[in-house]
Amino acid sequence: MIWELELILYLFLVISGLVALKVRDLLVAVVMMSVYSFIMALLFVSMGAVDVGFTEAVIGAGVTGILFVVVVYQTTRKSKD
Amino acid sequence: MRSQFDSPIIVLGARLLTPYIMVFGLYVIFHGHYSPGGGFQGGTLLAAAVLLIRVATGRRVSRLQIQEFATTPLAVIGVIIYFATGFAVMITGGYFLDYGQLPIPGMDPVWLRYTGILIIEVGIGLAVMAILVMIFDNMVKGEDYA
Repeated sequence: MIWELELILYLFLVISGLVALKVRDLLVAVVMMSVYSFIMALLFVSMGAVDVGFTEAVIGAGVTGILFVVVVYQTTRKSKD
Repeated sequence: MRSQFDSPIIVLGARLLTPYIMVFGLYVIFHGHYSPGGGFQGGTLLAAAVLLIRVATGRRVSRLQIQEFATTPLAVIGVIIYFATGFAVMITGGYFLDYGQLPIPGMDPVWLRYTGILIIEVGIGLAVMAILVMIFDNMVKGEDYA
């Protein structure tokens, strides 16, 4: 694999993880978790683990995102911050 | 997400995208024994297609696809397919899930292994799809999210 491309992927991985931790809006955090999972799947595929990457893309970026969105809309925020 | 009006763009996008995800999930299940993927990944893709319709259009449309009471029997049927294949091998004298001795007459052991893995993966895909849809249905608790 081209190492410059992998470096860019690692950079986006760290950025999306930090944004998911620091952001206030929970919906944005869920979307950033999906982006994190998808970049993780790309890295798995680039390291030769195609099956693991496939599972990560389907579960992490697909179904878990939908379930987290449902959880966000079923909970309410008590404090106004 | 709990909006007061139906967005036609979202409904049309979901309807356009769902059949292709389903066909790809079936491809992943039925080609699982000689390419990446298998029952679990294919079943999850089928579940993602069903959940996309459920999130985008709400109960009025999604009950035409898979009803809520149908998920538990589907999951049970998947698990029964898995264990019936395993125990059918044990009845004819082999080990559990030893596909080479499946009781199908007129096939040599290579084709028996091929067919056995295929049957197993169909069962796993059915069970995974039904259980993921069941988790979603139990989480929304009958509320409409469209």
